[in-house]
Amino acid sequence: MDDNTIICRCEDVTWGEIREQLDKGYTTMDEIKRITRAGMGPCQGKTCQRILLHAIARYLNKKVEEIPLSTFRPPTKPIPLGILAGGQDD
Amino acid sequence: MIDRADIVIIGGGIQGCSIGYNLAKKGQKNIVILEKETVASGASGRCGAGFRQQFGTEMNCILARESVKIFEQLSDELEYDIELNQRGYLILAYTEKEVEQFQKNVQLEHSLGIPARLITPCEAREIVPVLDTKDVLAATYCPTDGNVNPLLTTFAYAEAAQRMGVKLYQFTEVQKIETNKHNIEAVVTNKGRILTDTVINSAGGYAREIGELAGVEIPVYAQRHQIMVTEPIDPLWVPMLMSFSRNFYFQQLPHGSILGGYGDPENEIIGHNTGSSWQFAVTMAKKMTALIPVLTNVRIVRQWSGSYTMSPDSQPILGEHPQLKGFYMSVGFSGHGFMLAPITGIMLAEYILEGDTPLPIEKLHITRFERGELILEPSVV
Repeated sequence: MDDNTIICRCEDVTWGEIREQLDKGYTTMDEIKRITRAGMGPCQGKTCQRILLHAIARYLNKKVEEIPLSTFRPPTKPIPLGILAGGQDD
Repeated sequence: MIDRADIVIIGGGIQGCSIGYNLAKKGQKNIVILEKETVASGASGRCGAGFRQQFGTEMNCILARESVKIFEQLSDELEYDIELNQRGYLILAYTEKEVEQFQKNVQLEHSLGIPARLITPCEAREIVPVLDTKDVLAATYCPTDGNVNPLLTTFAYAEAAQRMGVKLYQFTEVQKIETNKHNIEAVVTNKGRILTDTVINSAGGYAREIGELAGVEIPVYAQRHQIMVTEPIDPLWVPMLMSFSRNFYFQQLPHGSILGGYGDPENEIIGHNTGSSWQFAVTMAKKMTALIPVLTNVRIVRQWSGSYTMSPDSQPILGEHPQLKGFYMSVGFSGHGFMLAPITGIMLAEYILEGDTPLPIEKLHITRFERGELILEPSVV
């Protein structure tokens, strides 16, 4: 993995951009997500969160289970507005 | 952790970071910001990203106008690209009463140098060709309203403050504020005790609880507001779309995604709920597709929520608490905290260090509720 390796494919975020934030002291998944947008795209981190988790753990020399996950938010998969709008209220 | 500070700021959101930065810029030393989680983890990082100057009270117009002046040069000042875009706000009127209110608003805005104008539905469609103007009677448009990235703006303030010596402690929760009669003695956290005689409460949704820790009452409460965002699509329209009577705001961000929300104060339970509801997604989707029918196939990717901190007149409370010397508040912004933070941070810093500020901070004092001098804003979502 080098600085040009894409970590988040939805938002085109490279390891170099993430490492830069880790170097600045932003070491939680949430902070990195908020600054770089990694995990904010259509897949909502389903592809990149595990990669990011391992990369942060390796950078901090910690175990993966010591790194808190960022919050998973609904919907589980993207839904077209038209389908939502046409649905029943309950 | 340090054991003594001149000023302890509680809350690492946009208010706390703006105040900390502005105090340090004016030469104040030994400032500490205490944040329970991480910077912008509360309402600042969950807000709708917009800023507008189109309001119905002189107070909000002035605060917003001054904030926009600061936003316009803030990337340079803080040496951080906060992604400023002045793409305008288009506010739609659906009732005669609303048209009358908008006429008054525009008159007020003009008198204060805000370049808003009342326009016809036809002119609104010229600005937003994809807009369905069914039932729209008129609109107001202000081209210098816009949006910034609220996360990056808060981080920018926090980093600039730290470069000037402000200490930021994250994952640090305030558990107790020790007082002696009418003076503050110390702030106790889960990481240690800090001796201080000055505390700034900028705890957002938790402002009331922080007041309780200091033994003073602050008449604000947290209430959930929900929001959702779509996948990015090609540029479709430019300004923020908003309506008070139909209750919505949404816009396409420079990134391409469309972000919007509405308020539901009648049904929301007061408290710290930051969950999301299916009902909200359905209702918001209906509002968005009714206005811009081509959005039907655009997919929402995420919904979330944050707390408005409501005050009795939906205006912020700024200044010192009358029952506790050195206990300052920057709370109760009622949904406008992010957009007003650039100026309120300066106002409070000047008030604390110099005893006064050119803007009418006294009108925002907590005692206005006892005096019955409320500032009621008619134009709120």
